[in-house]
Amino acid sequence: MTAAEVEGVEGYRVRARSWIRSNLEPADFTTLEAGLAGELSEAEELAAIDHERRLQRKLFDAGYAGISIDRDYGGQGLSPAHQRAFNEELTGFDYPARLQVPNFSPCAAVLLDFGTEDQKRTHIPAILKGEKLWMQLLSEPSGGSDVAAALTTAVRDGDEWILNGSKIWTTGAWWSDWGLCLARTNWDAPKHRGLTVFIFPLHRDGVDVHRIEMLNGSKEFCQEFLTDVRVPDSDRVGDVDQGWTVGTRWMFHERMLYNSPLITAPPTGRPTQGAVSPVGVARDIGVLDDPRVRDLIGEARMLEMVEGELQERIGTAVRSGRMSDQGAAIARLYHGVSAARARSINFEIAGATGAAWVDDDGSAAGRGIDFLMRQSPCIAGGTTEMARNVISERVLGMPRDRTTDRDLPFREVPRGPAAGADSRS
Amino acid sequence: MLLEPTPDQEFLKETTAKFLTSQASVAEIRRLRDDPIGFDRDYWRRGADLGWTSLLVPEALGGGSVSGRGLIDLTLIAHEFGRHAAPGPLVPTNVVAAALAASAVGPSAPSVSTEHSDVIGALLSGRATASWCMEETGGFGRMTTEARRDGQEVVLSGTKRPAESAAQADFLLVTAKTGEGATQVLIPSGTPGVSVRPMQTVDLTRRFAVATFDEVRLPIAAVVGEVGSASEEVEHQLRVAQVILNAETVGAMERAFEMTVEWAFDRYSFGRPLASYQELKHRFADMKTWLESSHAIADASAEAVAAKAPDAGLLISVAKAFIGHYGGELIQDCVQIHGGIGLTFEHDLHLFLRRATLNSSLFGTPADHRQRISTITIAEECAG
Repeated sequence: MTAAEVEGVEGYRVRARSWIRSNLEPADFTTLEAGLAGELSEAEELAAIDHERRLQRKLFDAGYAGISIDRDYGGQGLSPAHQRAFNEELTGFDYPARLQVPNFSPCAAVLLDFGTEDQKRTHIPAILKGEKLWMQLLSEPSGGSDVAAALTTAVRDGDEWILNGSKIWTTGAWWSDWGLCLARTNWDAPKHRGLTVFIFPLHRDGVDVHRIEMLNGSKEFCQEFLTDVRVPDSDRVGDVDQGWTVGTRWMFHERMLYNSPLITAPPTGRPTQGAVSPVGVARDIGVLDDPRVRDLIGEARMLEMVEGELQERIGTAVRSGRMSDQGAAIARLYHGVSAARARSINFEIAGATGAAWVDDDGSAAGRGIDFLMRQSPCIAGGTTEMARNVISERVLGMPRDRTTDRDLPFREVPRGPAAGADSRS
Repeated sequence: MLLEPTPDQEFLKETTAKFLTSQASVAEIRRLRDDPIGFDRDYWRRGADLGWTSLLVPEALGGGSVSGRGLIDLTLIAHEFGRHAAPGPLVPTNVVAAALAASAVGPSAPSVSTEHSDVIGALLSGRATASWCMEETGGFGRMTTEARRDGQEVVLSGTKRPAESAAQADFLLVTAKTGEGATQVLIPSGTPGVSVRPMQTVDLTRRFAVATFDEVRLPIAAVVGEVGSASEEVEHQLRVAQVILNAETVGAMERAFEMTVEWAFDRYSFGRPLASYQELKHRFADMKTWLESSHAIADASAEAVAAKAPDAGLLISVAKAFIGHYGGELIQDCVQIHGGIGLTFEHDLHLFLRRATLNSSLFGTPADHRQRISTITIAEECAG
């Protein structure tokens, strides 16, 4: 398709708007929120996932899946601006909310960046049709923010690799189909130079998925135990021992969050945990006229609106090359801090009802639980401390912290008493 | 500041930046500390030639913008004013010129009064400056000053403070109430019954006064627009003033941040640069985030005000609340990272702290604007 044949963004928007209005239901995020709060049964959750798979298929059949993805891989071959126009028109309508992060970004994004032609032609169309859902096997129980210190090990055996280890904080792994996995392939190289990325299906022998119960009852996060998982070399992404090149880009896509051009979601009003309106809380408690409460409502709205404008600015600056990719960490830091503050505000407005409530308390009910979970937006998706490191070191060019592990063979890097005496391979 | 200015906008900004670098040096700003006017008349005239006063006035009245959207162009100038903590009555002169021009060209405008178009011409050329007498004590938005019609005259009584440049300006635009409505009156300085008492202020070059109007009688032609029907215009003028102040503060934040980043690289403690300490690096990351956020919301709100968009009132209050708060937080943290030197008169940091501090208090504090945001938000959600 030549540039002249590409439909203009505004014409596309009009067409998208008309399709969305006649084909999608009004948004109703009660099931999604209930799921995040751990209030759904397994069957109800799976039904919700199936509904989203069908929604994704509907988008695909109508030509609205993978709007900015190349046509060779089942996408529409249009620009990020077309995707943004579609997203803007999506506000207020039902869409496959659970299928965006990490399925499209970072997983599909990493495959598109580093996958072989075969991998892209096999997997991207299946993602676009909602047939296969992906998740990321990145963090490890021993690693925390130090992602490059992965202990999960892949050992070559002819045309195959054998993987052993454990991954954690995988959102929705129990209902996902495929995983993108960072593993150590060389213990004698320094830690960043002995990693490789693999892909494999999750429902198979040797992959045990455990659901983790969070303090609010949510069981969305999982931990996987990999025991002698055999992966063909054709399911390797990127070069052997060059996994950190892939990993760096992977984490960039993760920090892009909803700013990624692969994401289909309305720019505002997307459901995020803790996005309870402070006006609703104040109304249901009967304190809407309190000037102190109004100050908090004003602060919450201010933080939310500035976030939207910041995301837009950073997105534009990164796309035009005025800011390095690493600038995405600025939006990530803002999001964590402001989302945490929003929970504190709701909890404060709720007064004593924040601590003890009945179901009739409306929006004020449960705000104390949100407060207990307050730090999750500052932790999930890379901590705000890591974002601060990236901003100061990669955006402002400040010296990196001194580390003792950069040039040592990985097997000699100290791992502390918590790792146990016999943990070295 | 705009991420992607047009070449014309870039030129406008660069010309002012160069001019301010040579004509509004830190030495010059310190020299003006005790100057009763706070800026040099010739400096202002030359600035007017660069476009400082004409961007909000249509071409038909002698003004003109570079992009077709004068307010956006003006934010580029204001940003440079902030980066240099530059002297001169940028806010009141532009607001008054825009108000006079709006009354002269609006759809319901009476015929252009010669008197007002002469004043517009004088303001555009930089020969004259103006003060907008708007704010009063007793809380943001409070209005007790009254304008009443008496035959072919209008009579003004009340007290306005702080009124920028009221003791220095050639013309005062006074905003008053008439019954439930608002009236604006243009008064030449020195009119009998008008007294101005200079105030002390945090900024080195901006000047403020208490302006008192004791039964001041003026011909009805002095009224800008119509008696009692200027509320909408006044609200727009407020937003324009807030847009200029926000752009200035973002410029001041940016400069203070740059100075402090440079300091962090150059200053060694315990054998290594400050920039190598993670505790400080993380604070720089927070500051960078506040700075980028301030740029983003300043630009978005300026766009909305320039277009008179339905959400302009909400966006400008969000911007004023955010930039007012985080501007102070950012520059105070710059002071902290500098240590004692950051609190001295000799160091330049306070020039930017002063400007940001001043701007955060004028035309509504962050707390005032959070109340406004809240009122709008509650109205939206309770209607929806």
